[in-house]
Amino acid sequence: MTPLLEISDLTAFYGASQALFGVDLAVNEGEVVALAGRNGMGKTTTIRAVCGLATARARALRFAGRDLSGVAPHKIARLGLGLVPEGRRCFRSLSVRENLLVAARKGPWTLARVEALFPRLAERRDQSAGLLSGGEQQMVAIGRALMTNPRLLVLDEATEGLAPLIRHEIWSAIRALKGESLSIIVVDKTLSELLPVADRCTVLANGRTVWTGRPADLDRDMQVRYLGV
Amino acid sequence: MPERSFVPSRGLVASLAVIALPLALALWASFAGETFYVTLATRIAILGLAATGLNLALGLGGLVSLGHAAFFGIGGYVAGIVASHAMEGTSVLGLPAISEMAYVWLLAAVAAGLFALVMGAISLRTSGVAFIMITLAFAQMIFYLAIAWPGYGGEDGLPITLRNGFFGLRTMRPMPFFLISFGALLFGLALFAVLKASRFGAALQAARQNGVRLASLGVEPFRIRLVAFVLSGMITALAGALYADLNRFVSPSMLSWHMSGELIVLVVLGGVGRLAGPLAGATLYVLLEHVLGGLTERWQFFLGLALLAVVLLGRGGLMSLLAPKGVRHG
Repeated sequence: MTPLLEISDLTAFYGASQALFGVDLAVNEGEVVALAGRNGMGKTTTIRAVCGLATARARALRFAGRDLSGVAPHKIARLGLGLVPEGRRCFRSLSVRENLLVAARKGPWTLARVEALFPRLAERRDQSAGLLSGGEQQMVAIGRALMTNPRLLVLDEATEGLAPLIRHEIWSAIRALKGESLSIIVVDKTLSELLPVADRCTVLANGRTVWTGRPADLDRDMQVRYLGV
Repeated sequence: MPERSFVPSRGLVASLAVIALPLALALWASFAGETFYVTLATRIAILGLAATGLNLALGLGGLVSLGHAAFFGIGGYVAGIVASHAMEGTSVLGLPAISEMAYVWLLAAVAAGLFALVMGAISLRTSGVAFIMITLAFAQMIFYLAIAWPGYGGEDGLPITLRNGFFGLRTMRPMPFFLISFGALLFGLALFAVLKASRFGAALQAARQNGVRLASLGVEPFRIRLVAFVLSGMITALAGALYADLNRFVSPSMLSWHMSGELIVLVVLGGVGRLAGPLAGATLYVLLEHVLGGLTERWQFFLGLALLAVVLLGRGGLMSLLAPKGVRHG
């Protein structure tokens, strides 16, 4: 079976400085893959490269059977890549509802289903997204990506800096999405929450993939060496 | 859902008040026999409409166009050229010259829309200062074309002997012409309100806030902005056609970059992105011009002070003084 997303030997640059030196990553249909690694090891750059937001080169960079190199970001998104960017970036002056509808595409995810997943968003429907709490803004960002009805959801640091109660809500939403067999890439620093959700885990260090396997096989030594636990 | 009694927001009330003001002024002036003030109210309505057009691009899309005089002037010249050919009984570029506003507006909107399409297709690939300069360059091109074309008055401008007609109304009289202009203003405001509340309007505002983020959700900002830019130019051209009929004169000054600047001033003065903002700006501008212009020739100095005060103190323009921006506004 060919994976939904297949990346091999991905390199990327920020201006003159190289940020990625050879990332390998694969996501199969219906799989949740954890992308782990310390700060600055290339997780976000990898995601930006996949979304067409960073100039990158790769031996293979394929999504849903299509080569992504040189494809414009909006076209990549339309192939079914739903990005939830780092730092819960809502459109602040738009209402919650407008945020959810602005990029919506036809499919199983509707406003009603997103509001069922995050009941708080139904309560805040007509508020400006900029006035929401951090956790609620994160819910908007996830909902907004779901409304594009993606084949692969990419969550970049979805729970960073949020209060425990809100983190809990977001993680249960992610588990619910996994339950519906949505393919997901999750980037997160909290391994205790990340690993139980993931089917597979890919670890980055210094812009390279250093390990891929089942979360259960990620031993203590690896965790200390690459993840700083 | 529990029943909720409708309570109009302060923003809505303020917007309606601003919209009603030129109508009230014109009605009062008409009854008092002060036709000059009817014309003043007409000027407010037309400039408000022109700036409402710009507000679509500038307010919702964040596109600081210094070329909107081109659309205003194209509208004006279409009105002038059609009227003059109609007087002579000749045709314009193979099209019949019918001295009827609806026809003039259609031609003006098509001409300005096509020009905006070309201007936008090139300028919208850039942003910031480059965008401002390219829009300015396009407008200057048309400006010098108008000056260099003696057939339509060149530098001296083109007089309109008789205003274009409007379904048999006596358009040469101040009040009917005001009502036509005010109707056009209401149309422009309604279009702005509908677009702002639509998914298109949300995407346009999202593109202003972060185009890359919007693209990463599968919506291409360029196309959204281009559609907005074209619609914006068409509305401003409609105002231009009315303005030429109001003054019964069109000259290159309608195309000059001062005019583009003035339109930006109206939007900023009134409130960027607010429904009634440009109209509020136009009202203040025209009234200041009238009141201060009667006292001193240096009235623009005081206009400058008012603009400074609004930008420094008011932030969101006149509308935000009338109705501070809360959760949502009208």
